[in-house]
Amino acid sequence: MNGVRVLVGTHKGAFILTSDAAREKWDISGPHFAGWEIYHMSGSSVDPDRLYASQSSGWFGQVIQRSDDGGRTWQPVGNKFVYDGVPGTHLWYDGTQHPWEFKRVWQLAPSPTDRDTVYAGVEDAALFRSTDGGQTWHELPGLREAKGNLWQPGAGGMCLHTILLDPGNPQRILIAISAAGAFRSDDAGETWRPINRGLNSGSELPDASAEVGHCVHNLAMHPSRPDVLFMQKHWDVMRSDDRGDSWHEVSGNLPTDFGFPIAVHAHEPNTIYVVPIKSDSEHYPPEGKLRVYRSRTGGDEWEALTKGLPQSDCYVNILRSALAVDSLDSCGIYFGTTGGQVYGSANAGDSWKPIVRDLPAVLSVEVQTLP
Amino acid sequence: MIRVILPYHLRTLAGVGKEVELEIAGPLTLRSVLDALEIQYPMLGGTIRDHVTRERRPFIRFFACGEDLSLESPDLALPDAVAAGREPFQIVGAMAGG
Repeated sequence: MNGVRVLVGTHKGAFILTSDAAREKWDISGPHFAGWEIYHMSGSSVDPDRLYASQSSGWFGQVIQRSDDGGRTWQPVGNKFVYDGVPGTHLWYDGTQHPWEFKRVWQLAPSPTDRDTVYAGVEDAALFRSTDGGQTWHELPGLREAKGNLWQPGAGGMCLHTILLDPGNPQRILIAISAAGAFRSDDAGETWRPINRGLNSGSELPDASAEVGHCVHNLAMHPSRPDVLFMQKHWDVMRSDDRGDSWHEVSGNLPTDFGFPIAVHAHEPNTIYVVPIKSDSEHYPPEGKLRVYRSRTGGDEWEALTKGLPQSDCYVNILRSALAVDSLDSCGIYFGTTGGQVYGSANAGDSWKPIVRDLPAVLSVEVQTLP
Repeated sequence: MIRVILPYHLRTLAGVGKEVELEIAGPLTLRSVLDALEIQYPMLGGTIRDHVTRERRPFIRFFACGEDLSLESPDLALPDAVAAGREPFQIVGAMAGG
């Protein structure tokens, strides 16, 4: 391995941070798509020079961009996301039913096995697939049949924000929606079922253990151990050892178990990371101290990682897609903040440095480990 | 040949300057201008009108000859001055922000 490429989506454009394996000196390119919101960028593991970006605007809607040269040049591809059939209605904030309306793409997940296949998670929540490199998109409508009429938007909208593709089993897809929960397909996206048993949302739902409606913020999985899943829920950090069939809480000694992202170490499937946030009402680190928490035991026992991070007067947020790891021998971990900083650690979180400090608010961070 | 002025972000998306020229066959209407624009610049599909309903996106406005045509029928005939190329048809991102 000889380097990493960090793909950063912000409120006002995309940035690409590149370094060799030492991860000491960084080249920063951008803004790409200046002035547009970039909710997510992602690269293909089959062809690392193929990148996708979700570019959107309240004025001009959704655009999908594709690069075939590692982000040097980009071409707009298909942006026609049309729900299959009549999409019907879902719960609205006030408990009434509300029509399904496409707003934007939150997540792009290239297939781990096919260069031209890519999935898009959208708001209002649905999963789309393209098999022609993003030129055309088709919904996998079976997902909305999993009690879609009971799904409801979270504060960020009713977004499908997390897509996990099992690299060893192309039939298995896991997704998460705010605020509907986690769902799994074992037949390549044809049919779906909720996988929310064990979640407790007593502060948000009339039925704390409802089958759907939970505000799942993020899911993570290690590719070598796809039966084990980790979840940052609205409140609670959760773990499943049976592909999501059941969950148990592993918040342990965290100072608060509210947060957005969760990630797994590239080489240690039992080492996980979260960034605790004070509460659902106060979206910033507790005590003004920016701390990543690491568990080497798959949850329950957590240690604060603070070296190089601000430990006073820090009131940024770290959004759900803004934490990612590389797979170099010494695992690198990266996160972006709503204050525009991107921090990196080349030693699994033991110490941190800002790669860049003054970007627009960071919406997403993805990492490619370059051959 | 008619002249169309695009908002900044659509110029960068289409890779064009401030103004583009379109050849319109048949009646010159809001609909025929937008149809021709999307054929010539397919990346603009969905950015001005909804892909399915073909309705104007809420934060887009249409101006010509000092008039706001945003709420007019898509079949409204555009002014002769636009047809003759003396005046541009303007697609504008609605004013918003501070």
